[in-house]
Amino acid sequence: MYSVNYHRAASVADAAKLIKAGDAKLLSGGMTLIPAMKTRLAAPSDLVDLSKIKELQGVKVSGKTVTIGAASTHFDVANDEKLKKACPALAHLASLIGDPAVRHRGTIGGSIANNDPAADYPAALLALGATIVTNKRAIAADKFFKGLFETSLKDGEIITAVSFTAPAKAAYEKFRNPASRYAIVGVFVAKGKDGVSVAVTGAGDDGVFRSKEIEAALAKNFAASALDGVKVPAKNLMTDIHASADYRANLIAVMAKRAVAAANA
Amino acid sequence: MSDVSLMVNGKRVSGAAEDRTLLVHFLRENLGLTGTHVGCDTSQCGACVVHVDGKAVKSCSMLAVQASGSTVVTIEGLANGADLHPVQAAFKEHHGLQCGFCTPGMIMTATDMINRHPEGLDEATVRTELEGNICRCTGYHNIVKAILAASKTMSKGSKGKAKQAA
Repeated sequence: MYSVNYHRAASVADAAKLIKAGDAKLLSGGMTLIPAMKTRLAAPSDLVDLSKIKELQGVKVSGKTVTIGAASTHFDVANDEKLKKACPALAHLASLIGDPAVRHRGTIGGSIANNDPAADYPAALLALGATIVTNKRAIAADKFFKGLFETSLKDGEIITAVSFTAPAKAAYEKFRNPASRYAIVGVFVAKGKDGVSVAVTGAGDDGVFRSKEIEAALAKNFAASALDGVKVPAKNLMTDIHASADYRANLIAVMAKRAVAAANA
Repeated sequence: MSDVSLMVNGKRVSGAAEDRTLLVHFLRENLGLTGTHVGCDTSQCGACVVHVDGKAVKSCSMLAVQASGSTVVTIEGLANGADLHPVQAAFKEHHGLQCGFCTPGMIMTATDMINRHPEGLDEATVRTELEGNICRCTGYHNIVKAILAASKTMSKGSKGKAKQAA
């Protein structure tokens, strides 16, 4: 790792000032950034640690509105009793990220700011129609996720929370890489008052996306059987040594079926 | 450079470290606590697992300065003198190791796992929760046995005098 200057921010306002130094980066759980710095894929001059900022912590549920502080860890999200009642699918998703030690450190804000094409949270936030709140503005999820490791965040902009309306039904199903366990395909299905939305992670050439074909079939009938014979086009899906675009296309339909069955269970 | 001050295995320690110093290197090189191992260096193998503020973390993926102000327990902090912690005793009893390189991380992960599941553990849960710890010798079989046995002992409120892992 190259030399770096560490700053522990006491508040979001403090972090917003510190981030202006040199080529500074925000640090939350560090489960991606620290390994990237170790291999010198990232070499910020300064790190601004957000993880101790109280106002960024914790899950709040008020009626149907769920708000999750950006520095809440995957462990916090997976085990929050209020969230388990309001949106068990999201708590379950958090319990599938990485391993226990990673879940103790990694945060929801860090995960979505990084927008790894195989990350789990982007699928959930896109399908839930979530709002990403920063220290400057509120951004709709479909405007936030821009592509591989790319978001609409501006330099120095700090995610403070995500919020969404709890869906009537939802579930997440993930087909894991057999060795590394990340999503080769992950499908989040949500049924709310605005209809059905289905978001896919791990598969898109350009990151997380909504599957129109699956949404159309489920809009008519929210049942796993409604997806019999539904074909997802392989165009714009990733091909790599683990799975071809055609295989991923098939997996999207299979995972969507399982997710709908789980959501209806 | 920053001043890093920690409570490690019940003792207050402090020292200057470069900001880029990883917690695992601070423990091993500054404090001489070489029980915590560096295996893969890519945050996958779990040989470096320690407890920070009561939670299992990979100390190769955290800066020492990030942990400053925290309470850390390493493998050296589990036993009470000559009395092994119940998880250490179970690994010995069930031969949950061969070369022993992954063992400190396995034991710290297992202790955290058992603490989080006071209701008890089953084999499937143990295997799932061991996802972040790699062993290249045992095939995991005896590790799983040891953790299940330790979980039973600890939920019975064993008379073992081991210190409670923070």
